[in-house]
Amino acid sequence: MTQELSRSVDLASFDRRDKDWYIDKTIQFIVFLGGISAILFIIGIFAFVTKEGFGFLFEDFSFSEFFFSPWWEPTDEDEPTYGILALVAGTASVTGLAMLVAIPFSLGAAIYIGEFATGKKRESLKVLVELLAAIPSVVWGFIGLSIMNPLIIALFDVPVGLNVLNAGVILGLMAAPIMTSIAEDALKAVPDRYREAAEALGATRWQVIFKTVIPAAKNGLLGAVLLGVGRGFGETMAVLMATGHAINIPGSVFDPVRALTATIAAELGETAVGSPHYEALFTIGIFLFLITFVINLTADLIVRGVREQ
Amino acid sequence: MIQSQPTAATQAMASHIDPETATSDLAIRTQKLDLWYGTFQALSQIDLNIKNGIITSMIGPSGCGKSTFLRSVNRINERLGYVRIKGTIEVFDKDIYDQDVELVQLRKQIGMVFQRPNPLPASIRDNILYGHRLHYSGKRLSRTEQDSIVEDALRQVLLWDKVKDKLNKRATGLSLEEQQKLCIARLLPVQPQILLMDEPCSALDPKGTAAVEELIWELRGKYTILIVTHNMAQARRASEECIFMLMGKVVEHTPTDQLFVTPRHKETADYIEGRYG
Repeated sequence: MTQELSRSVDLASFDRRDKDWYIDKTIQFIVFLGGISAILFIIGIFAFVTKEGFGFLFEDFSFSEFFFSPWWEPTDEDEPTYGILALVAGTASVTGLAMLVAIPFSLGAAIYIGEFATGKKRESLKVLVELLAAIPSVVWGFIGLSIMNPLIIALFDVPVGLNVLNAGVILGLMAAPIMTSIAEDALKAVPDRYREAAEALGATRWQVIFKTVIPAAKNGLLGAVLLGVGRGFGETMAVLMATGHAINIPGSVFDPVRALTATIAAELGETAVGSPHYEALFTIGIFLFLITFVINLTADLIVRGVREQ
Repeated sequence: MIQSQPTAATQAMASHIDPETATSDLAIRTQKLDLWYGTFQALSQIDLNIKNGIITSMIGPSGCGKSTFLRSVNRINERLGYVRIKGTIEVFDKDIYDQDVELVQLRKQIGMVFQRPNPLPASIRDNILYGHRLHYSGKRLSRTEQDSIVEDALRQVLLWDKVKDKLNKRATGLSLEEQQKLCIARLLPVQPQILLMDEPCSALDPKGTAAVEELIWELRGKYTILIVTHNMAQARRASEECIFMLMGKVVEHTPTDQLFVTPRHKETADYIEGRYG
């Protein structure tokens, strides 16, 4: 009798929404907001940068002058010129040298951590590398100014130590930890059975790594390098402090240069909002945004491709 | 651990290991072999004489130590880093745990096939040539010489006709059966004396199993083959001698027919009748 009764109550309450139901829906909504906000912010930032740079793009902008003139003279009273060639050369030379420094360091570190170190040593090295990645860039810039600068002057007998060499080394050391981390992930993603197969065939440790593990991980390693390049293009404070900040197409590593990012950082505060100079700086911003976006996207797609394999 | 250059000792050892000069007809001989993983003893007091040139199978329930034994014959066990060993393993009368033994030379003589087919992520051709390139890197081979090595190895494993038109395709795209055959084929150009096979058919379907068994039987006489298997029927079909292991010990080692028809020990009889395991 009672059994029948309770059964009918259960049937009647199929559409009941209790407290848990509301909590679940609320949390779902909050998580959704969190997820989508990152995308909204990025789009918002891009829209803002584009809007501020737009006026320049349609009025004073000349494609050939902007990309091929080495003269960045926005404050010239008679005829301001907005050529970013020297700035691009500055950024590219510093980033290029940084990669020369960072690739052997990070690849070596990744191979050691991933293939040789075991147990506690491996774990503590990984934590250390993560810590290195967290050093603020102004600290690196300070090292460039106060340690690298006199060191370069003393070692190479040059008048000024703030140049491509200084910034390249600093930036290379900055980019190495994140590259190490990604490269180590790529090596770890190589199935152990490949190593076992190679070892059983009589490969030495060296041959296992260079003939089997690295070829198998090459996409991930390439992704790591690209992320480092992206980091190099986007880095501002350290290069502002270490490059010497002189507009110059470098002829050697001892020439001071100026980077795209550093130009924006140094000049934006001194321009009148809405002036061609102000807008030109935002156009540089658009340019940087596009470059780093493409580099990071490529790196991400490559690394993703590795995971799916 | 980085391998040193071949030394005089290695050379001496390489010649020592050559079965031509070996005095006995034993390929592998162990005496009072104990093996520990950390504190767990996986093998105890193993005395085995495995004959040269025949197929010997090893059977026993999971965890009985048969794979462990196999993996200590080419010392691939040492990758784990926490393996400890006592007693001796001799390969062609040479103690392979001697100080002067170079792992590279040892593994050149002893090829291994794993439970899961593990072709390297490269082309079929490069997989076949991988071991050869490691061991004979001194001499440059012409394209035709390389081609003949590849063809020869693939013919021996009965795979040539299936893959001859796609030698430059990735080996990982082959079926599991073909992958396992390829893994056997890539051992052959190195010219090993002994082939260790660790449950080579356990990842294959019955058709693939039959094909790989046929291949193993095909290789009989040319190599000393030691095969670990879960599958008693397979041991019965595809081996000449059979070793039954239990709890890290050898219970029985006799000709295969005898082991399955008139086992000497009760444990063996119970196992092959399926009372446990």
